[in-house]
Order: sequence, then C-alpha cells, then structure tokens
Amino acid sequence: MSTVRVAGTGLTPFGNVPERTGRDLFAEASIAAFDDSGVPREDVEAVFYGNFMGELAEHQGHQGPLMAEAAGVQAPATRYESACASSGAAVRDAVFRIRNGDADVVLVGGAERMTNLGTAGATEALAIAADDLWEVRAGMTFPGAYALMAQAYFAEYGGEREDLAHVAVKNHENALPNEKAQYQSAITVEDVLEAPPVSAPIGLYDSCPISDGAAALVLTSEAYAEEHDLDAPVAITGTGQGGDRMALHDREHLARSPAAREAGEEAYADAGVDASDVDLAEVHDCFTIAEVLAIEALDLERIGEGISAARDGRTTADGETPVNLSGGLKAKGHPVGATGASQIAEIATLLTGDHPNDGYVEDATIGVAHNAGGTVASATVHVLEVIA
Amino acid sequence: MTDGARGAQNAGFDDWLDAAEEASGYYLECPNGHGSLPPRRVCPDCGATDLADAPLPETGAVETFTITHVPTPAFEDDAPYATAIAEFGPVRLTGQVVGVDPGDVHSGLEVELEIAVSQTTGDRVLGFAPVSG
Repeated sequence: MSTVRVAGTGLTPFGNVPERTGRDLFAEASIAAFDDSGVPREDVEAVFYGNFMGELAEHQGHQGPLMAEAAGVQAPATRYESACASSGAAVRDAVFRIRNGDADVVLVGGAERMTNLGTAGATEALAIAADDLWEVRAGMTFPGAYALMAQAYFAEYGGEREDLAHVAVKNHENALPNEKAQYQSAITVEDVLEAPPVSAPIGLYDSCPISDGAAALVLTSEAYAEEHDLDAPVAITGTGQGGDRMALHDREHLARSPAAREAGEEAYADAGVDASDVDLAEVHDCFTIAEVLAIEALDLERIGEGISAARDGRTTADGETPVNLSGGLKAKGHPVGATGASQIAEIATLLTGDHPNDGYVEDATIGVAHNAGGTVASATVHVLEVIA
Repeated sequence: MTDGARGAQNAGFDDWLDAAEEASGYYLECPNGHGSLPPRRVCPDCGATDLADAPLPETGAVETFTITHVPTPAFEDDAPYATAIAEFGPVRLTGQVVGVDPGDVHSGLEVELEIAVSQTTGDRVLGFAPVSG
C-alpha cells in the first residue's frame, strides 16, 4: 500500500477578523500550502473541503467549487460537513482517494467564518450540531453539553474545576510562541477559576474562542513524492472514524467518548502502532473537559485518570506525551471547519522541526490528531509518522 | 435558525409535547425492549421497525446537570437556567429544570415532566419539575 505524504501545509492566523470572507481565508491557507509543498496547482486532482456553518455565517452553500476556485485549482471539489470534525472527515476521504490509487495529488482543508455572527449568533449556529428537537429546543448549548459531561465525569471519577483549569493554563502556555494562535497570552489557574461562568462548571476560560481561520494541506502519493523529489518526510499512516447517537442523552456513557475510542483504535491498527508509541497528540479541546475525554479515548490515559494529566505534567510540553503543543482549540482558536486539517498541519510541522514548539519533541516520530464533531457523535483520528 | 424552521410543526415531536402536557408522555418501545424518542421508524439499537408507544414513567432522576449562563438567542431572557439529563426508565431526556433555584439541582433529584414556555420566544420547552415531598 502506498503511503500518503503530507507535502505541504498552510494555515491562516486564527482569530477575530469578522470582515474576511471564507473564500479569502481558504485562499490564504492554500497559497501557503502550495508554497510549502512545491507542488503545482495544476497537478491537483480533487479538493476535499470542510466547513460547518457557511449557510448561517455567509449565506453560502455549495462551497466546494467556490473554494477550489479561490485556491486556483481546476478540479472537482466536495464540501464535507461533520460539525467540528468536518475537515477531519475531509482528510480521511482524501487519504482513501490516494491509497486507492485514484489520485496522486489532492488539496484538503477547511475554513470557517464565525466572528461576524457575534457571540450569541455563533452560539446558536454551533448549536445546530446538536439534536434540534430534543436538545436545542430544551435550551442546551454546546458549552452546556460539555458541562453536562464534566459534571457526569466529576460524579463518576472525581476531579474538580481546578483540574480542568490546568488544561487551559497548559494550552495557553503552549500557544505563547505560536504566531498563528488567537491567544498568545499566559493565564493562571486563578484566572480560569475566576472567569465568568458560561455553563457551570464550564467557565469562559474553559472554552475555546469563536474564531475565523482556514487550514490547507497538499497530500500526495508516495510515488508522486518520490518522482518529484518532494521534501515530504511525514506520512498519514493511519485513519479512523467513529460514530455515535446524535443526542448526548442517548450516549451509553455520559462521561466517555466511545466514537473517539472507535476512531483511535481503527487509526492505531491501520498504522500498526499502539497508543504507547505515540510521542505527541493534538486533540479536540473545544472545552477543557473535552481534552480529558479525548486523551482517555485515545488510551493515552486510563479511564478516570485523564483529569490529572495536565495538572501532574504528563501532557505538558515537557511531559511524557505533550498534548496540544499548538495551543489546541483552547488557545490557538477553533474555526470549526478548519480545525481537523489544522491539527494535521501542526503535527506534521512538529515532526519535521518546522514548528516553534518542536524543541519539546525533537526525537518524536509518531503523532496523533483527534477531531470531534458535536458531543462526539462524530470523531476522526489520524496517525502521522516520519517515514523518510 | 430561520423563522420558517422555528415555526414549523414537527410531526411526532409536537405530538409528543401535546401528550406530555396532558401528563401522558410516552416513549417508543421495540420488541426487544429498547426505548427511544419520536419521530422514529427504526429502533436505533437493533433495527426493529415495529415500534409501539409505551407510557413514560411518571418520575425520572437527574443524572447530570449544568447551569446555563450564556444561552442561544432563543433563551436570552431565560438565563440563567438549569439544564439536565434525566433518566425516565428506558430513555433519557434533556430538559430545563423549572420551579426550583438552579443552584439546588443535584444528581439524583427526582423530577416529573413539565412542559414549560420560553420567556424569550413563548415556545414550548421540555421541562423537569422536582417532585414535591
């Protein structure tokens, strides 16, 4: 089986730029990805594009061809929508396309414009990833859903807000040197605990920001990379996807993410690695509790023990398995349709030594990216390895 | 959400709210005993297609809860409010806990269904009221 190489990555800064259109954001990310890859645009055979709320934020559907055009690519293009896992799902199908031998070069990525909706509008737009009839109409928000999970976790395994605060503090610390991050500011545990409540026990600093931004990846077959002498030493060697019931109340367990476990097990098996082989991870920390549930689902921590991982330094930059060296969704930002592809970009650059935090993972060869949609009714996991 | 989507009748769901208002809430039961919520034609657990209405237990228990301070615009005049997931026999429901100070909501709290009204939109809201005494 031919490996799928990450030939180029491109990110816009993530942040608050309400006037910028989605097409402009994606164009910028794609230019950076093509420049990084050395691959000509005319070699692209398909575009896989993730976006969640384009209809609500920009009154724009049918974004696949729009974004191919913005990137200057003449190739068939499809938009993927899996809530906040939209571009994780796009990456997965792009990997299959190349593995199947049906394409040698693809452009993958995603973009989201959100801040133009304002906080209330973005909260409402994000809520459509939940069950409209049985959750949203009862007043459940996304911070609320994760708060329900946090409360269930505390009740079952113990832990408290202060433990979660350490996740936020860690991810802000990691974002300090990341010029693409929305927040390059250190915070303290006290800051997190004293921040206004959003949906108790989730406070403002337990929550990722509302962000605009885009991410793009140029992926190629191994044969194409060798034939064109590309500098593409990192491959996506494992892909997995999991699914679950739509509404949180229908989950078998309110303090676990079975879909992420399913995706992780599939991706590890696909790559032929174990969780113990993983050197670093980018996980979907839309809220602090989400990072805890993710690292447990990925078997980086035992069930019930992930709550102490940041506090006790196991997942900090100098810990055994650094998690979210980019700053994560929490501090880097979360333009939802871009997030899954951006995680792949972060892992790839951390592994190749092209990242401001690569000094923490100098000998690393295996990274994992975890992208989640809704209350984890959708999850994708990808394993990246240095193979050349 | 567009006004059209907000105002539309949702067969199955609105019928369920009507029944719940009459204190005759129900769930869907398949021949294998799995419970689910309407509108639905297929059991999500086993794929059975012969689903029958079964009466919802009169009371349920709060499993987990949160106090929502930052709501969607449809609930901006309602916040802060308690949102909970409560177990009613074979199904769980998500609802707003009404008739109690949000700070007094706790796991295990015994509740019954009460269809409330959003102070913001006037729309019906699935609610839970603590069972008194």
